[in-house]
Amino acid sequence: MADMRTPLNRVRGLGSTRDGTEHFWRQRLTAVSNLPLILFFIGFVVAYSGAPYDEVRSALSNPIVTLLIAFALLSVLYHMRIGMQVVIEDYVHEEGWKIALILLNTFFPVVVGAIALFALLRIAFGG
Amino acid sequence: MSKSTATRARPLSPHLQIYRVTPTMAMSIMHRITGVALYFGTALFALWLLAAAGTQEQFDFVNGLFGSWLGRLVLFGYTWVLLHHMLGGIRHLIWDTGHGLEKETSTRISSATLIGSVVLTLVVWVVGYAVRGGF
Ligand code: HEM
Repeated sequence: MADMRTPLNRVRGLGSTRDGTEHFWRQRLTAVSNLPLILFFIGFVVAYSGAPYDEVRSALSNPIVTLLIAFALLSVLYHMRIGMQVVIEDYVHEEGWKIALILLNTFFPVVVGAIALFALLRIAFGG
Repeated sequence: MSKSTATRARPLSPHLQIYRVTPTMAMSIMHRITGVALYFGTALFALWLLAAAGTQEQFDFVNGLFGSWLGRLVLFGYTWVLLHHMLGGIRHLIWDTGHGLEKETSTRISSATLIGSVVLTLVVWVVGYAVRGGF
């Protein structure tokens, strides 16, 4: 069958969902940024799991720690949101459920991120 | 007259259970399961931060949950799932460059993901406990 796409459409290469390989690329981009940030995160959590209140708070209010944890949160939450979207698209085919779950999939990382960043900044600014 | 293409029974691709389980297949499934588990686990970290931003009593309560045997088990499991997903992710990134896709190599690096994640998890916690002194 003849190609029904317009030349402009073909040259843009964005396909029927109009965002081409953007999703695939961002999953990889955040996978790469996750790597060093997660290594730091694991080290931090293992070092401070079970540590007392004051010790944990003073570690978290070190500016470098605050920033690294904030970056880790942003990178991971974005990565997991677009990752989960693919899982939903693969298994949920009923339109209503799919839309509902994709909405929830946006809310969840935003709520987790807002709570975590609020807490982190509160500690960092000595609240 | 032959039936129209739309109503004739179309050949279907064989379903999942007909394939023999190979390390690459198992680790591909694991990558997805671990990704989903990690997704929900982020809430635990938010809870811990929130407790640290709260009062001493609130922190002690949450710390007590994580310090219970169940809490420790969850943390240990989460570390393993995270390291497993991380190694699986690195494997995906290598594959994306077009390397390591030969049958033997892909099988070998898939098995390495599993072994590596178990070993790394043990190392991380043994070193962690050793540095902090005592279990
Ligand atoms: C430690 C560094 C990490 C690396 C290198 C990494 C790498 C990757 C890669 C390459 C993919 C795409 C796999 C594919 O296309 O089949 C992926 C998927 C995914 N990741 Fe990660 N990831 C990391 C951490 C995380 C974390 C911390 C979370 C959640 C909190 C997460 C959640 C997910 C989810 C939900 C998916 C989708 C799973 C799927 O489609 O099967 N990842 N990851």
